[in-house]
Amino acid sequence: MAHSLLRLIDISKSYPGVRALSRVSLSLGKGEVLGLIGENGAGKSTLMKILGGVVKPDQGTIEIDGAARPSLTVSESLNSGIAFVHQELNLFDNLDAGANVLIGREPLLAGPLKLVDRKATKRIVGPLLRRLNVDFDVDDLVSDLSLAQRQLLEIAKALSLNARVVIMDEPTSSLTSAETDRLMRVIGELKADGVSIIFITHRLNEVERCADRVVVLRDGSVVGELGRDQIRRDAMIRLMIGRDLKSLYIPPKSPPGANVLEVVGLRTLSHSGHAVSLSLRAGEILGMAGLIGAGRTELARAVFGVDQALGGEIRLNGAPLSIRSAKDAIAQGVYLVPEDRKRSGLVLEDSVAQNISLPNIFSFARYLLIDSGAERKNAERQRQSLNIKTADVETAVGTLSGGNQQKVVLAKWLSMRPKVMMFDEPTRGIDVGSKSEIYSLMRGLADAGVAILMISSDMEEVIGVSDRIVVMQEGAISGTLNRDEFSEENVMRLAVAHGPEQSAA
Amino acid sequence: MLKKDLGLFLLIVVVGAVVAFLNPRFLSPVNLANTANLVGLFGLFSIGEGFVIITGGIDLSIGSEFALFGVVFVDLLVTYHVPWILAVLIIIGFGVILGWVHGFLVTRMNLQPFVVTLCGLLIYRGVARWYTNDGTAGFEFGQTFPALEWITTGRSFGVPHTFVIFLFVAAIMAVLLHRSVFGRYLFAIGKNEEAARFSGIATKTIIVAAYVICGALAGVSSIFLTMYTRSISPASHGNFYELYGIAAAVLGGCSLRGGEGSILGIVLGAVLLQVLQNLVNLLGIPSSLNFAVMGTVILIGVLADQQLVRVRQARADRAKESLRATAPLAR
Repeated sequence: MAHSLLRLIDISKSYPGVRALSRVSLSLGKGEVLGLIGENGAGKSTLMKILGGVVKPDQGTIEIDGAARPSLTVSESLNSGIAFVHQELNLFDNLDAGANVLIGREPLLAGPLKLVDRKATKRIVGPLLRRLNVDFDVDDLVSDLSLAQRQLLEIAKALSLNARVVIMDEPTSSLTSAETDRLMRVIGELKADGVSIIFITHRLNEVERCADRVVVLRDGSVVGELGRDQIRRDAMIRLMIGRDLKSLYIPPKSPPGANVLEVVGLRTLSHSGHAVSLSLRAGEILGMAGLIGAGRTELARAVFGVDQALGGEIRLNGAPLSIRSAKDAIAQGVYLVPEDRKRSGLVLEDSVAQNISLPNIFSFARYLLIDSGAERKNAERQRQSLNIKTADVETAVGTLSGGNQQKVVLAKWLSMRPKVMMFDEPTRGIDVGSKSEIYSLMRGLADAGVAILMISSDMEEVIGVSDRIVVMQEGAISGTLNRDEFSEENVMRLAVAHGPEQSAA
Repeated sequence: MLKKDLGLFLLIVVVGAVVAFLNPRFLSPVNLANTANLVGLFGLFSIGEGFVIITGGIDLSIGSEFALFGVVFVDLLVTYHVPWILAVLIIIGFGVILGWVHGFLVTRMNLQPFVVTLCGLLIYRGVARWYTNDGTAGFEFGQTFPALEWITTGRSFGVPHTFVIFLFVAAIMAVLLHRSVFGRYLFAIGKNEEAARFSGIATKTIIVAAYVICGALAGVSSIFLTMYTRSISPASHGNFYELYGIAAAVLGGCSLRGGEGSILGIVLGAVLLQVLQNLVNLLGIPSSLNFAVMGTVILIGVLADQQLVRVRQARADRAKESLRATAPLAR
């Protein structure tokens, strides 16, 4: 581009222990659509946060209209005309469309009462909505709008701020193909009006359709850039992967046994159109890969009984199970280490000992009264065997580090003889040392005959730890890989969607 | 928890000492016994309220339940000549049923506790007034129930039985709340219902049980109150009493967000409220200011507690910050 509207030069950002971005440079021209792709955790979010002024880079320069500065504040970002259309929409669904567009900047009637000028709202927002060709009105309630309409409303909001750069983070992840088509048309029109767009997505065919240029991030660095005529699916995948994965693999002591858990035709609320079937063998670690939002967590939640499945069957050792709540699953020895340990796994204010005994408290109770000595003794045992680093078992769990918190979640289940353990992102936000401890724990459990399902978005982990991998894509299982077929490329191919029209076929 | 209770205890001692200094009659056996009687009457249902508050809920219907249970109880004894033991059991059963209905509506119909029990407040009061045609319900002239009266309004060694029974119930409830599986579940649900569900706890059943306990204790309290007043004007009997229960629980360290509280705290809260009432009487403050004094003291108490929490929170945050500096971030 001859004259860039926006340039990032040598941007670096580190968090303690993690280098999120390393000397990233990219530029965006007026009226250009830039596709930004990369695996989960490649650094896309951090880069966007820097553009939004939420995160300060450690190094580098941000150049807008030729004016260089080391970082942006949120208001500088807004005033420079950078606007976001977020993955999780930031709309007030109890207000109408017009109010949402002008929130915080309401036009007022004259007088001391600060009454909102409804006519002016219509006058300002109406043309914006017409420009986007939407099929709803300024005074329609957001709660009545579809997801696609809300997305368009977010774009209208961006335009009302005179945005020159609109950053779209996974805008199509919950859209149908017709809605995606409309968004693509809107992107084309914005581009024709001279608005620049950064389009972040996992759906490579959409990048093929709309991007002028693609920048690929991997592990915090720009690993490649493709011009309009080079944008092809296989070229993009090749750039997204290609790390040397260090081997985390601990081979099992014996080959896997019979099927322990079988899921047949299970449908979940989030992807009600797809039925999932899989089987889990004794002594194996089955990795479950896929992009965020592929329906993996929903599957685990349904098997564990915290969400109701819409249909299908779950069998344990061949016998059908009726699981209506987590209580039923736990009674059968089917346990889940949830994705969000702070929300679903732990009572943070309670002690280590209390958390460990919570699901199993009757075995530490006599006549329904808790024997806190026995409770503490068990917690002490778990603390030693799992190497939980805490001053003592009476400490509140919330004060421990992430890795040690996760070990407490594990300890809850390990004192209860698991048959099936499901791990959802078992090492997210956990330091390297605790990670490898958790991996060897998993292997130890598998060798003891437990069937293990490990949901993970961390490619290194999925490939390094699993005995077998199933990949999910948009609510369905897109393939299974055996160890000799493991490669980042194979997993990515199965994980990345072509887009709704192809995946439905 | 303990620190909180100790603070409350000290506050009671200080207030008591000041009142005793200004008016020595405070420590007279008659006054102490009267105050203890009131502590017992108001403390019993405060404990029930505390259970509900620990789940993160609230029960606003207790005062109206007193009116309804009271007129039904009197009617059972006077009109139907039901043996008093049976009448007592019927009223407690009535309380259990209403508590269960509240819990059912909250957990299964997903209604907000405030709304459910506000409707209860209106309905029970209305039904009680209709039941007696807005007239006063009372015992017939000369009608006595020696055993029941001895239990509910009698004294042993000068100590009112209401107070004794209150302490007895409090002790049982303290074991239930602080030592039993049920109590553990209740606190876990109040603090993090989702984690409790993920641990296989039947969260809805436990919450319903808390409302049932509250209803049952309201039933017991209504009998004591009826025997204390001996006549019931359904339009005013028990008015605002639920607020005494909530006030005692909040003073005693229960958080309306749920998951916090102790029986000892609630007991001390109930004591403090009655000492304050007594203070108004003994110091010649116009009794019309009664509520204002109570409100002011609760406000000050809660404010002071909040400041302490903030100090503790800041300290915990700093500790966490230093931990985070050594652990890598999630993406």
